[in-house]
Amino acid sequence: MDFLNAIVALANYVLIPGIAYGSQLALGALGVTLVYGILRFSNFAHGDTMALGAMATVLMTWLFQSWGLSLGPLPTALLALPFGILFAIGLLLFTDRTVYKFYRVKKAKPVILVIVSLGITFIYNGVTRFIIGADDQNFFDGERFIISAREFKTATGLDEGLSFKTTQGITIITAIIVVALLFWFLNRTRAGKSMRAYSDNEDLALLSGINPERVVMITWMIVATLATIAGVLYGLDKSFKPFTYFQLLLPIFASAIVGGLGNPIGAIAGGFVIAFSEVTITYAWKKILVYLMPESLEPNGLVQLLSTDYKFAVSFVILLIVLLFKPTGLFKGQSV
Amino acid sequence: MKKMLLATTAAALVATGALAGGHAKEVKLGIEFGFTGPIESLTGPMAAGAELAMKEATDSGKLLDGATVIGIRADSACIDNGVAVASAERLIAEGIHGLIGADCSGVTGAVLQNVAIPNGMVMISPSATSPGLSTMEDNGLFFRTSPSDAREGQVMAEILVERGIKSIALTYTNNDYGKGLADAIESSFKAVGGEVTIVAAHEDGKADYSAEVGALASAGGDLLVVAGYLDQGGAGIIRSALDAGAWDTFGLPGGMIGDNLPATIGPDLDGSFGQIAGSQGNGIDTFVAMAEAAGFDGSSPYTPEAYDAAALFMMAMQAANSTDPADYKDKILEVANAPGEKIYPGELAKAFELIKAGTDVDYVGASAVELIGPGESAGTYRMIEVKDGKNETVGFK
Repeated sequence: MDFLNAIVALANYVLIPGIAYGSQLALGALGVTLVYGILRFSNFAHGDTMALGAMATVLMTWLFQSWGLSLGPLPTALLALPFGILFAIGLLLFTDRTVYKFYRVKKAKPVILVIVSLGITFIYNGVTRFIIGADDQNFFDGERFIISAREFKTATGLDEGLSFKTTQGITIITAIIVVALLFWFLNRTRAGKSMRAYSDNEDLALLSGINPERVVMITWMIVATLATIAGVLYGLDKSFKPFTYFQLLLPIFASAIVGGLGNPIGAIAGGFVIAFSEVTITYAWKKILVYLMPESLEPNGLVQLLSTDYKFAVSFVILLIVLLFKPTGLFKGQSV
Repeated sequence: MKKMLLATTAAALVATGALAGGHAKEVKLGIEFGFTGPIESLTGPMAAGAELAMKEATDSGKLLDGATVIGIRADSACIDNGVAVASAERLIAEGIHGLIGADCSGVTGAVLQNVAIPNGMVMISPSATSPGLSTMEDNGLFFRTSPSDAREGQVMAEILVERGIKSIALTYTNNDYGKGLADAIESSFKAVGGEVTIVAAHEDGKADYSAEVGALASAGGDLLVVAGYLDQGGAGIIRSALDAGAWDTFGLPGGMIGDNLPATIGPDLDGSFGQIAGSQGNGIDTFVAMAEAAGFDGSSPYTPEAYDAAALFMMAMQAANSTDPADYKDKILEVANAPGEKIYPGELAKAFELIKAGTDVDYVGASAVELIGPGESAGTYRMIEVKDGKNETVGFK
């Protein structure tokens, strides 16, 4: 019984939140890694692209809600998601035409593009706040829980409750579908193969007749889709607040770099490494140890390695360790 | 354009002339509250409360032989010392005679140290409750109509014991107010034999508090006490704790009491309880009725205290027959405390007359003002319980 309680507590406070958060980071890191691999710069505007895409989805959701449209137990936001993606695609293509293309044609150095993307970040950030405001926005509807803690306790008779939110379920399922589609696209389709070729060796790809503008356009469309999905999932699961997306940049970049920049599999692995490190290092293990250990060995303290205030420091430290000892990341990517 | 400018200037001149003719004196009181920031939903009624007292005094025509009282609002941003100090300096530049505010403890300390003391300006805060402000060197310039959190800690400990709570987990918003209150609750609850399993800070403005709640839940406890802000991280912690099934009921100190909280959390909050500075009796009832007539909610937290802060300023000025802070600062304790004729809200005209006639007054006001020690309220508390999605008053302490 104690053992079961320990497992349930672990699942409730560590495994489920960790997997959901990891999926959100992985989707964000995939976008960053694609831009790095194909356009060859670190796109700091990614966090705020997520915010803008999510914002468009939130606005569409409200419109649908006012019409009385809904998906029953699922959040209406899923219905609005394609419109948010379309908006984000339009926005990124427009930004590329007006800003990035200018520097690409001049063959500007990556560091210049990085600073340009930082400028874009602030513009996106301002636009988001201007349109929807800086406050928390609630756009969740439908059933809140797949399993709620109280029901779980009465159903199983255990002391520990297990809660599994609808948004967490949707996050995990969507992430699996999106990742599968992306890999199918990159490995099986002509456009995907030309993207990979362009990423491996630009000159050779150009010589074999690949149209660079087309590759760039497809990349931005995929990045916009990934960013919007990640942004909406994060907003549904936690809350939509423009500033938090800017804060998400750090763990997202940490995930992409830890996994190996430019390597999609690495981005996914990196996302889960960062998410689980953050959750496990700041979790107080007392509860689980009390269930598992014999009474004489029960801990008095909280058995918490780091206070939760230092959550963001965890991704920094992992980032530093990886950059020092394995600059190309866990899965071989391009070195930074 | 030029003509319009000229016309405007001329009009302004005429208007000023008319005012100067009608009233001998102008008394300016600064109102510095966090109109933006984590308690913005509370500051609207607070400022309206202070302005209600000013209007009453002006209409009576008895303050300093017919002075007009003008309130000037400024934003303290609640948690941004830079903004608060700049706003206070602007108020000084506008020539205020007294400063009602600031609201949150951190910025109040900053304004006191950087603006009020160097300029010899008197401050009366209706809502800064940090125990640290009791001991801060203030040259007799700082007063508050709300009690210190040290007192709230005792009250909360008593309520917890009465409800049979043996152990609590405690989380606080990471600033002066949260830390001070958490220390007070922790030490008072331990003093009456309770157990505090964990004291952990949380940052405001995050999207996700599941890690914080995980740590708190692991430590356990009968109840989670959230010493935070209702429009900020405090609500996030409660939401997250409910989602994870870690706690069903919560202890809610003053910063968490407001209509917004039951509205955002929903029916799951029913059964949670807490306390906030507030009083019962004639004073508060009269005040709430006056506020309703003026079109705002007088029972909103710290609103009666704001009315009382403004009233104390004006009565002290009347007693000193001067608007100079150096003259009237010693009169504030005199008019606030016994002995003397009791003054309730809506009786400012009577108070001014009595003071002019040389009679002693004892201001009771809307929040049962009784200033002790270094000029802070002794403190009555309203006990609140959330029932059917509403904050209901279940008693007084």
